[in-house]
Amino acid sequence: MKRILLSISMFLMAFSSQAAIEILITEGLDSAQPIAVVPFEYRGTQVLPQNVADIISADLMRSGKFKAVSPADMPQQPVEEREIDFNAWSERNIDTIVIGQIEDVRPGLFVARYQIVDIIRGSITGGHAQMLSGGELVQTKDHILFESRPIQFDVSDFRRVAHAMSDRIFEKLTGIKGAFQTKIAYVLVADNAARPYKLVIADYDGFNEQEIVRSKEPLMSPSWSPDATKLAYVTFENRQAQIFIHDLYSGSREMIASYPGINGAPSWSPDGSKLALVLSKDGNPEIYVLDLLTRQLSRMTNNRTIDTEPSWSPDGQKLVFSSERGGRAQLYEININSGKVKRLTFTGEMNLGGSFTPDGKSLIMVNRTRGRYHIAKQDLRTGALQVLTKTQLDESPSFSPNGNMIIYSTLYGQNQVLALVSVDGRFKARLPAGEGQVKSPAWSPYM
Amino acid sequence: MQANQLLKYLVVVLPMLTAACSTTVDEDQDTMTNGADTATETTTEDSVEVMTLEEKRKLEIEAEERKQAALRQTNMLFFEFDGSQIQAKYFEVLEAHAAYLRANPSAKVVIEGHADERGTPEYNIALGERRAKSVSKYLQNLGVSAAQVSTVSYGEEKPLDKSRTEAGFAKNRRAVLVY
Repeated sequence: MKRILLSISMFLMAFSSQAAIEILITEGLDSAQPIAVVPFEYRGTQVLPQNVADIISADLMRSGKFKAVSPADMPQQPVEEREIDFNAWSERNIDTIVIGQIEDVRPGLFVARYQIVDIIRGSITGGHAQMLSGGELVQTKDHILFESRPIQFDVSDFRRVAHAMSDRIFEKLTGIKGAFQTKIAYVLVADNAARPYKLVIADYDGFNEQEIVRSKEPLMSPSWSPDATKLAYVTFENRQAQIFIHDLYSGSREMIASYPGINGAPSWSPDGSKLALVLSKDGNPEIYVLDLLTRQLSRMTNNRTIDTEPSWSPDGQKLVFSSERGGRAQLYEININSGKVKRLTFTGEMNLGGSFTPDGKSLIMVNRTRGRYHIAKQDLRTGALQVLTKTQLDESPSFSPNGNMIIYSTLYGQNQVLALVSVDGRFKARLPAGEGQVKSPAWSPYM
Repeated sequence: MQANQLLKYLVVVLPMLTAACSTTVDEDQDTMTNGADTATETTTEDSVEVMTLEEKRKLEIEAEERKQAALRQTNMLFFEFDGSQIQAKYFEVLEAHAAYLRANPSAKVVIEGHADERGTPEYNIALGERRAKSVSKYLQNLGVSAAQVSTVSYGEEKPLDKSRTEAGFAKNRRAVLVY
């Protein structure tokens, strides 16, 4: 009996550690900017469910742009601006620190504030800068880059509030909008389960994993609606490929394509009015665009070879797609109004699974060179191709909505896992998976 | 009595001739039933040899049926990397499936196409379909009705071998006939 209990508790531990997907940074912290998120001051009696400073530190690290200092390496742990010893921080080349305060208001309700402090400015002025205002010298605190208003929140919202703080900090320091409150959708395959295929959504960091569908038959290719309320995906639950649109809030599902042959690769247009998809009902895989309002289907390509994997340009005027019309699969674009087709890639044996970067200036793809599959980026103006990853069997790259990071699936040991690479290829990390294979990640738009 | 003796002679020899004939016209149904008819007519006479031939014939047909059934046991075909061409070693197997489907017009078969895990999932769906269609077309060229054959591609989603070695990849590049 004891043994049974032990094995059950081991199972539970394994389960909870799986839920808490952490991050394993594999490359690229050297070039990152040091930052310290000092443990927040807490005045209250309720137990805090989460460590806000830890969540922010992890977010900033995962962006690839910051190296968060661990509390053990901090010269001091100030909780108010006036306690800061600027020289102690600047001696350690830590240019920016974040401090914060949390109070409990009543059971289940908290208030938090935080400040971003520029150590360099502070050490110059000693925290007592003066400026002219209305012809008079007045004291300023220009070393405080940002001071939040008090944020009131529920006990269940700790992680969300911490991610919102990360968004603000990231934007203040980089000028790039943060994407820490976004989600990822992916397919989990647990090989020995009765219903092995699961479509799952989770916070971008893997927390709050939520099952959307569980099936005996494969699930594939989730694509977010631009308002992040729906997913389109492929399901084989009826022993053939079909495309469904799934409302994440109501849970309702609608079948939108069930033709003979392939019904695949759904991709939502940036304005949400159309869905690009692949059908082989007329003989071989072709790109179609479905108007979601009128339900009118327009055929985009007409070619005897494989055309697949459509993905929209940010302006919604073009689709990039994979085609074998020139021999081996390469990426092409088609103007959806004129139907004009242009080949985009020429480097490597094959290029597949293309998508435009959010600024529309580059393409991200799966490149095959000497039999190896890696994520690569091509500058559309110069045509220069940069291979971003060194992992094995890389596929399904998907952008963070700010264009800063790419999530993709890769082989690690014997399992398919998710990994991150920064768009410049310098920062790399792996999301450690639980049991089974993790595939087809799709990063949500801003929520 | 001479005419009677001649008749007796013919009764013995004629089936031998037809039997000899029928072995050369292997698998000709009409010849076989003719032989059987002759045999039943002569059951009152010395029919040892005729019965032997019928037995032999039956055994041959049974053997052929067993062979066809054994061939039909093979319901999986493997493909080269990136290829969808049917290899010559599967011709006999597909002929056996085609014969069964021709003989049983109400029978239906689903051909599943699969790919290995290299390349993107949706491209592999397209590759898997090309393999399934290649088998479907081959069966139709052997006289199987298009209405009896359907295809579905699972791409890389249902690997047979999860080792991700070259040997594993080779096992996953397959088409499967499912009745």
